[in-house]
This record gives sequence, C-alpha cells and structure tokens, in this order.
Amino acid sequence: MTKPQDNSRRNVLTQLSAVSLATLSPWALRAAVAQPKLTVGVIYVGPRDDYGYNQAQAQAAAEMRKIPGVSIIDEELVPETTAVQKSMTGMIVQDGAQLVFPTSFGYFDPHVLALAGKYPDVRFAHCGGMWTEGKHPKNVGSYFGYIDECQYLNGVIAGHMTKSKKLGFVAAKPIPQVLRNVNAFAMGARSVNPTITTTVIFTGEWSMPVKEAEAANSLANQGADVFTMHVDGPKVIVETVAKRGKMVCGYHASQATLAPDAFLTGAEWNWVTPYKAFIDAARAGKPHPNFLRGGLKEGYVKTSAYGPRVTDAAKKHADGIKAKMVAGTFGIFQGGLKDNTGKVVIPAGTVLEQTDPELERMNYLVEGVIGSV
Amino acid sequence: MRDSVADIALPIAALLAALLLFGLFVWLGGVSPLEVWRLLFIGAFGDWFSWQNTLQRAAPLMLTALCVALPARAGLIIIGGEGSVVLGGLAAAALPYAVGLPENLIGTALVCAAGMLAGALWIALAGALRQYRGVNETISSLLLAYTAIALFKHLVEGPLRDPSTLNKPSTRSLGEALRIGGIAGSDVHWGLVLGVLACAALGVWLLLTARGFSVRVVGGNPRAAQLVGLPANRIILLACALGGACAGLAGAVEVAAVHGNANSSLIAGYGYAGILVAFIARHNPLAIIPVAILFGGFGAAGSLLQRRLDLPDSSVQVLQGIAFVLILASEALREVDWRTVREKLMRPAGPQAPVATARERAV
Repeated sequence: MTKPQDNSRRNVLTQLSAVSLATLSPWALRAAVAQPKLTVGVIYVGPRDDYGYNQAQAQAAAEMRKIPGVSIIDEELVPETTAVQKSMTGMIVQDGAQLVFPTSFGYFDPHVLALAGKYPDVRFAHCGGMWTEGKHPKNVGSYFGYIDECQYLNGVIAGHMTKSKKLGFVAAKPIPQVLRNVNAFAMGARSVNPTITTTVIFTGEWSMPVKEAEAANSLANQGADVFTMHVDGPKVIVETVAKRGKMVCGYHASQATLAPDAFLTGAEWNWVTPYKAFIDAARAGKPHPNFLRGGLKEGYVKTSAYGPRVTDAAKKHADGIKAKMVAGTFGIFQGGLKDNTGKVVIPAGTVLEQTDPELERMNYLVEGVIGSV
Repeated sequence: MRDSVADIALPIAALLAALLLFGLFVWLGGVSPLEVWRLLFIGAFGDWFSWQNTLQRAAPLMLTALCVALPARAGLIIIGGEGSVVLGGLAAAALPYAVGLPENLIGTALVCAAGMLAGALWIALAGALRQYRGVNETISSLLLAYTAIALFKHLVEGPLRDPSTLNKPSTRSLGEALRIGGIAGSDVHWGLVLGVLACAALGVWLLLTARGFSVRVVGGNPRAAQLVGLPANRIILLACALGGACAGLAGAVEVAAVHGNANSSLIAGYGYAGILVAFIARHNPLAIIPVAILFGGFGAAGSLLQRRLDLPDSSVQVLQGIAFVLILASEALREVDWRTVREKLMRPAGPQAPVATARERAV
C-alpha cells in the first residue's frame, strides 16, 4: 500500500537532504533507498498461536507491523528442512524482504548460513544461534535472552507457594539452554527453602503434547504441586496441571488465560527489543547487529503478571530479586555451585557473568534437582 | 486405452473440483478466490524459482512414496517409511565413523548405499514379521518407525554426537567432498534425479520384467502365486526391501545434500507424506512422479499464500485434504458406464424411468 504523495515543504527538504547525504557513503545511500519501506520476513517452526515459543515471536512481529514503513510477512509451521530455505528465498525474491527473522534454532546451520552466502545484501536475524566473529557472515545476526533470570523468579514464587516441597519441571531435551532453565528454577526455589526438590522429566521432543501431558500427570502423581516447563508449546502442560488442581508457572508467552486460577507467574520473552534493534539498524542503514543478548535489565525477557493465588510475601521476595537483576547486581550461577551428584561444577570464588560462554555449555543438573542428563 | 483415459481424466477433474471447492471455502472466509487461485499457480509453477521450490519439495516424496507403493504391489500396506528415512540418514552419517571413505563420488555412493541398506533392512523386517510370524505389517511398520526414531535420537544424542553441537545435537558432519550439490547451479539437488530415476526404473521393472510381474501376481493373489510355484515370501521381502531402500536413500540424500549431518531436523514427516502420495498414485511408480510434484506444489504455493494473504498454514492443508478426498472418491466413478448415463440423460424425462432402471439392476 503506497501512501499518498506528500509534497509539503518539510518533506521535500527531508528528501533533498537525504539525497545529499546519499552521496556521502554507500550506507547512507542504502538508507535513503530503504527508508520508504522495509519488508521484513518472519518464519516460525510451529503455529503462531501455540501459547509458547512461536507465539512469543509472533507477538513481537505483530508489534513491528505497527511501525509505519515496515511491512511484515510471515509464515508458520515451516520445518527445519530445505522448506525453510525456500521460504526465506521466497520472501527475498517474491516479496522483496530485506531482513529475515528465521526464528527456530534448527534453521541456523545449514539453512540460514546457506542463504546468507547467496544473498549478501539481505540481513538475517536468527534466534539463538551462536554467531561467531570470523566464522559466520556479517549479514547474519543472532539474538537471544537470558530467560533463566525469569525462571529463577518462577522458582522463587514456586518455592513460596509449594506445600509438598516438590516441584515439577517438564523439559524437552537435556541441552544447555534447557538445563540452564531447570537449574535456575530449582535454585530460585531453594533460595526460599533448601529442602525443596525439583523433579525434571525430559520428553525428548520440542513439541510432543502427549508426552508432555503424561509427564505432567506423572509428576503430579509423585506429589509435585507447582510446575513449570521448557517445551515449545506449554498449553497442554498448563491445562493438565490446572485440571489436577496444582499450580503452574508459565514459559515463553503468557498462559494466564488458559488457567487463570492455577497460573502463578511466568517467564516470557520480550522479542520486541531485539526486533526493534534489527529493524532500526536496517532502516538507518547501519551495520547489521551480529550478536544481541540481554536479560531483564536489557528488556529481552519479562515476567508474566502475578496470578490471584500468589501471596504478598512471595511477590515481595521475587520483586526484590528482580530489582537486583534489573540493576545488574544479581548473579544466578556463582562459585561453589554443586551438581546433583555432589560434584562442584563452578569452583568457589568464580563469578560468572550471564554472558559467560561457560554457561552456554551447561551439562549438569544442580543440587536439589531430581533427574539425570 | 479407455482405462488410461480414465486414469488421467478422473484425477484431473477431481483436482479441478477441489480447486473450485477451495475457492468457495476461502470466499466464505472473505478472501478473493481469484486471487487465491492466481497465487496458488504462481507459488507452485509461476516462474523458475517456484518450479525449483516445487521440485525441491517433491524430491524426497518420490522416494518415500516408493516405500509404500512397492510393498503395496506385493500386497502389503506398509506405512512406516519414516523409520527407513531416519535410519537411512543415520546410516549415511554414521558410515564415516566406521570406515574411511574416499573423498569423491565413490564415497558419496557408499554413503547413499549405507542409507539404502539400513532402510531396506528395516522395511524387510516388517515384511518378515508378517510372512513368518503373522504380525500385521501395517501396525508393525508404524511401530517400527517409532522404534527407529527412538534409536536415531539415542545414537545422535549419545554415542554418535559431535561434542561441539550444544543446543542442536548432531552427528559429525560429512566431509565437503562427500556432499551432494545442486543440479547445474540451481537449488534443486541431485536427490530429485535419483527420485525420478527410481520411480521410472521401478515402474518399468514392475511392468516389463518377469520378477516385476511375479511381484504383481503375489500381490494379486498370494495363494495362486504359491500354487504356480512362485516363492511368495522371498518376493514379498524383495518388494519390501526395495521400497525400504528408496526411503533409506531419501534419508541419506537429506543428510548428504541438505543437513550435512544427522540431527532431529531429519524427522520431518517425509515418510508419512509419502503414504498419501503413493495412495493417490494408486501405487504406480510412474504416477508417483507427477503426484509428488503436485504435492511439492501445494507446499510451495502454501508458502506464498501465507505470505501474501495472511492465510494460516492450515488453509493449504484444507485444499490438500479436499483434493485427496475427491481424487480417492473419483475412483468410484471409474466403474460408471458413461454411455448408459448419457443415454439415460438424453431420454425424454419420464418420472418412472430411472426407478425402473434401478430396480432392473437390483434384480
């Protein structure tokens, strides 16, 4: 849709100055050309309305739609096969996309890397990939958030709310990203009461609702009364837990509407922040940001609003820690940390920043977690 | 001759009817059917990019459809091709762990052969269970597919895992020289050629060779086949193994041409999509080629529909569903004697006439 021509004096002047700037550098030239309209493609691996991973991305994409001059085209349920290469190519050659957000982790290698070489003028912003200087092309960027901070806060709330002192965690795969969340949740709960245990069940799949429901039921049978999860679509777990009369902390997006009474709080992505950064850079013709990471402080993640059952003491405790996280004075994984076999995994005296690559290689479950990798 | 006219005309008529119905469906949803039809065509076959898109999506389906079609011609309904795909991919990626491979075309051929062997054994296992133990092959092949996926994950995330793959557990990557590239600079890889060749070769084999004929005899009536002295068990196992080898090759090609290693992205449902393709093609390997291309076209067009009209992904699945129901239902028209129908329609309308004919038939 084109806007009616605006020939006011101010607009003409802006355009004139843009043209004169354009002579200065190729970046500025591209900016002057790109400014009128930026087409952005977004690709999801699952359905847009999964109450989870994909919905969190789609929510940010929907926000970006509101920016004048930015048009968003998106596609859901694109598998991590050549189909995603075709979808990306289609966005580029059929729709003229200059910036593409392939949002599933599995898209990165080989699909995003293959297309980045083929279309050096198109910017790719991938969720979660470990972009490495010198190894990966400059037109590829990656963004991710330290959502373990929110899982820690989930754990604090769960620690206050549990009666049985047993928590349940339904997780997809025992990979570093997931283990980090399991550990953060367990540590948050143990910060309230060190006798609390968190039992984790790995389903082995990012999205396998049947197994997720089985795992939630099994954990409930074992006495767990507060749950959280790390799977692509938490819907089934939240509903199962609510049906069993237990409580649940959400993940990825807000599931509050699915179980208003059982829902305590949740760890949510706030992808608006990185989306905006990538889009602003593309519109201004600035170099493509290659590595964007952030937590609560940077606005990459956020917590869901508290549910009606959360006590004031729990809220106060969690809000206190959250304030420290926002101020940047709270570290989750600190020296002296033991895994659930009693081995010290982070030597005493070591301080690990959230950005530490050591944390991206996590391969243990901390003390208080029942389960094995 | 008459039959082959019906063979071609019926599915095409069914497809056109499906497009009309789908137009009505989107029109009820407030979207212009003309625009949808235009985009469907552009997305699937509109230009060179769309063709590449369609063919690329069709390539693995040809091979996985053969995994259903060949055993079906020998009288077995095998639906576990997915198991052969993942194990074929796994075997292809695992071969370099076991032996040093020459870094050339022979190495690539060996990688593909490993995938074919793994796939062949898996489906032959389902066939053997049925022939020697009386286990229903439809159920066993489906369950074996789950077993294969579990085995795949266990090995990829365990013993065969490349320790440097953190959040996406994968095997070690194949060397560049072992990879399969695109055809003449296009995005379409050689897997498509392998698929077309396999369909053509197996189609000719079934139609023209003595062994192919014996497969069809066994499929038509195993008791009669045994009475005339055909070794039914061996022939059935052969058909299963050939089908499984095709699906295994699909997995190996995915590894060698697309992913470079075996990881869970390989479990993309190609094996299950192949079931539909084979049934629509009436288990005729030659017909699998156009049906797989049609299927690939649906995928490619669905992608464009989503982007241009904001239709959900499920909309193109609705079209696919309508198309397949109609194509299968159109089989019922095959027995219709069109000449009688025409005469009936031409006859001056008498209220009693049709009833009388129906009664005559019933008697």
